[in-house]
Amino acid sequence: MDLRYTAEEVAFREEMRTFFREKIPADIRRKGAEGHHATPEEMIQCQRIMNQHGLATPNWPVEWGGKDWSPMQRYIYTEEILAHDVPAPLPFNVHMVGPVIAFFGTEAQKKHFLPRIANIDDWWCQGFSEPGAGSDLANLKTRAVRDGDHYIINGQKTWTTLAQVADWCFVLARTNPEAAKPQQGISFILVDMKSPGITVRPIQLVDGGHEVNEVFFDDVRVPVENLVGEENRGWDCAKFLLANERSGIARVGTSKARLRRIRELARTVQLNGGTMWDSEQFRHKVAAVEIELKALEMTQLRVIANERARGGMPDPASSILKIKGSEIQQRTSELTLELAGPFALPFRDPEEELPEGTNDFTLGFGWADAAAPTYFNNRKVTIYGGSNEIQRNIIAKLVLGF
Amino acid sequence: MDFEFSDEQRLLRDSVDRLIGQAYDDLGHRKKMQATELGFSEELWGKYAELGLLALPFSEEEGGFGGGTVETMIVMEAVGRGLALEPFFASIILGGNLVRLGASAEQRAELIPQIADGSLRLAFAHTEPQARYDLNNVKTFAQRSGNGWVLEGDKSVVVHGDSATKLIVSARTSGNYNDSAGITLFLVDAGAPGLSRRGFPTQDGQRGAPVSLARVEVPESAVIGTVDRGGALIDRVGDIAIAALSAEAVGAMAALHALTMEYLKTRKQFGVTIGSFQVLQHRAVDMFTALEQARSMEYFAAMMATAEDARERRAAISGAKVQINNSARFIGQSAIQMHGGIGMTMEYRAGHYFKRLTMIESTFGDADHHMRLIDRAGGLLEA
Ligand SMILES: Cc1cc2nc3c(=O)[nH]c(=O)nc-3n(C[C@H](O)[C@H](O)[C@H](O)COP(=O)(O)OP(=O)(O)OC[C@H]3O[C@@H](n4cnc5c(N)ncnc54)[C@H](O)[C@@H]3O)c2cc1C
Repeated sequence: MDLRYTAEEVAFREEMRTFFREKIPADIRRKGAEGHHATPEEMIQCQRIMNQHGLATPNWPVEWGGKDWSPMQRYIYTEEILAHDVPAPLPFNVHMVGPVIAFFGTEAQKKHFLPRIANIDDWWCQGFSEPGAGSDLANLKTRAVRDGDHYIINGQKTWTTLAQVADWCFVLARTNPEAAKPQQGISFILVDMKSPGITVRPIQLVDGGHEVNEVFFDDVRVPVENLVGEENRGWDCAKFLLANERSGIARVGTSKARLRRIRELARTVQLNGGTMWDSEQFRHKVAAVEIELKALEMTQLRVIANERARGGMPDPASSILKIKGSEIQQRTSELTLELAGPFALPFRDPEEELPEGTNDFTLGFGWADAAAPTYFNNRKVTIYGGSNEIQRNIIAKLVLGF
Repeated sequence: MDFEFSDEQRLLRDSVDRLIGQAYDDLGHRKKMQATELGFSEELWGKYAELGLLALPFSEEEGGFGGGTVETMIVMEAVGRGLALEPFFASIILGGNLVRLGASAEQRAELIPQIADGSLRLAFAHTEPQARYDLNNVKTFAQRSGNGWVLEGDKSVVVHGDSATKLIVSARTSGNYNDSAGITLFLVDAGAPGLSRRGFPTQDGQRGAPVSLARVEVPESAVIGTVDRGGALIDRVGDIAIAALSAEAVGAMAALHALTMEYLKTRKQFGVTIGSFQVLQHRAVDMFTALEQARSMEYFAAMMATAEDARERRAAISGAKVQINNSARFIGQSAIQMHGGIGMTMEYRAGHYFKRLTMIESTFGDADHHMRLIDRAGGLLEA
């Protein structure tokens, strides 16, 4: 047992660090550090830089532009992205639809879509959840009916992240309503968002941002060649995808970056003639989160090491990464909010561009006006990607054997 | 001990609930009001006046409603339940009580009728960038000049500071920036030359403004209370304000809990209502417990807000604020979590309660601040 990085791993980490520092524009990274979302244009710009250097899709099969990395290298790569506030490659593209097509798709689908997905020539969105199908995804009602060499899709998706900028959507739709089980009779279909019959309605979230949408399908015609895998076997694709989604969900790097920033910022916020960092109360709170985070990091490394032993199969214990990681992320957003204190009160419309050369809004703290919206928005991390209650159910069943 | 409301108090609760409940039933309407220049409905403000709410803290002899802390609590709970946008807290709880407890008989005779009929809206321009939650920390200063004073300084987060017609401004007239002694309060016209303010929407849909004072001249008659003695007045009104905020928070928490219960009993997943999952039931019970604990401390705060013994009052009010803050955070977070995605949207009430509760946490001191004060006051057991 040796818990230190090997010399190769250290060298690899340096390589990643240098790349992100030198190649990703500093202003985009600074914005991220201050808690402001990157714009879709900035996300595209960064993913293309990474793709040019073969670093957008390391998790893909090598023949489709992936890297033959060890789990540890992948982990280091992901953490360095987060730690440097680099907008990560679009997860819908590189962690969801890309791997599904690479694994289940036809040669023609791979040739056509994968390079475009990697380079984000097409922006993808995830059409899974419906008003009646959240945690109980298999209850989805959207219908795809075969009509010659087309499917005709009718129904409604919701919570569809950034559908307003998406070019394509991967949709779970019911192709056989008579199947014995709800999980059977579902198909995984690729839908061009420009197809007639699609309506996107924005949903405003509590932080004021436009991040999610309702998407309505009204007699949308989709060529059958856009079916991925077998008809009625879409649940296999969905399960494969959700397992991928869970990897990297601990976001240790994000939490580390936030905690570092909290330590810095606390020295600039005045308190009783000193600063917030003079407050033992506050320092202890920060330390408590740091301890949890260190434990999580070690747990994550253990899961990764175990993964190799399990021959690449995801460990059900990885659900604890989701639970702890999301809770810690939320704690860091609470600490930032507490630090901002009264300065978190002003609301700045996130859809409005910041004035050139400044993000210094009303009260003199550029970071403080993002504190409350980030805290509000981060409630989502324990809801999506399988809610934390669902993750606990998984552990109870698959790990503890209840 | 008597935890029951009197008939008059019940009547007050019913009429306030009806007024605010009806006005804010529709979130779309609230959003429209938010987008107006004032950020609230002037018409509704007029109805508050008709009901006598704007005269709430003043004595009947002075044309007031003669309400005490219990009546304040009743109205503020309704404000919390309704997510009301009107500047009741800023103008009546803060402004009204500063006038009631600080102003001279002559000033009261002039101001109270205007406050009561809604034509005069007050805001308390006090907090400064370096002060955080410390009520004695004032750098804005006032210097004598001829028959009056000249004010100079910056106030950071003045709640409803943009729609107020007059501001009560704290300024240092002697002592060090964080001395309790040496603070004086001044009544300043919002349109006074040298006073500038820039309104902004706040995270919870209300309004605020930073206020700058650049050589603002006021006459001697603008002083509220005694020169150099404003600190004690601010402390007293600050405690009344915390009791009022506690009530608003309880109103919001109770509504949010009820909303969550209703959702748990109607939302179906896996073929059953999600309320049938025991883990959610237990969390709902914990929310309920947090709510009841908060309500108890709300009552305690209402009782203690006017206590004469400063140390006892300090510990009690700070204790209430800590409990309120802790309950508010737990209930807010739990409600969103158990709603799932729908809890995260602006189209549904839960998120609005969550945001208001979050902002109440940092109004007049967060939990850490009040823990320090309780500690300094020697604990809460004797209070
Ligand atoms: C910001 C955001 C972005 C999203 N983006 C996308 C997207 O791009 N594409 C997409 O398809 N979906 C997306 N989602 C949807 C997300 O996956 C769902 O919100 C999630 O699956 C939960 O479903 P729900 O919101 O319907 O809540 P529900 O499933 O109704 O859950 C409500 C509550 O009940 C609990 N619960 C449910 N079942 C159980 C159980 N068996 N035991 C115990 N507790 C239970 C849940 O944990 C939760 O607390 C997004 C959601 C959010 C908030």
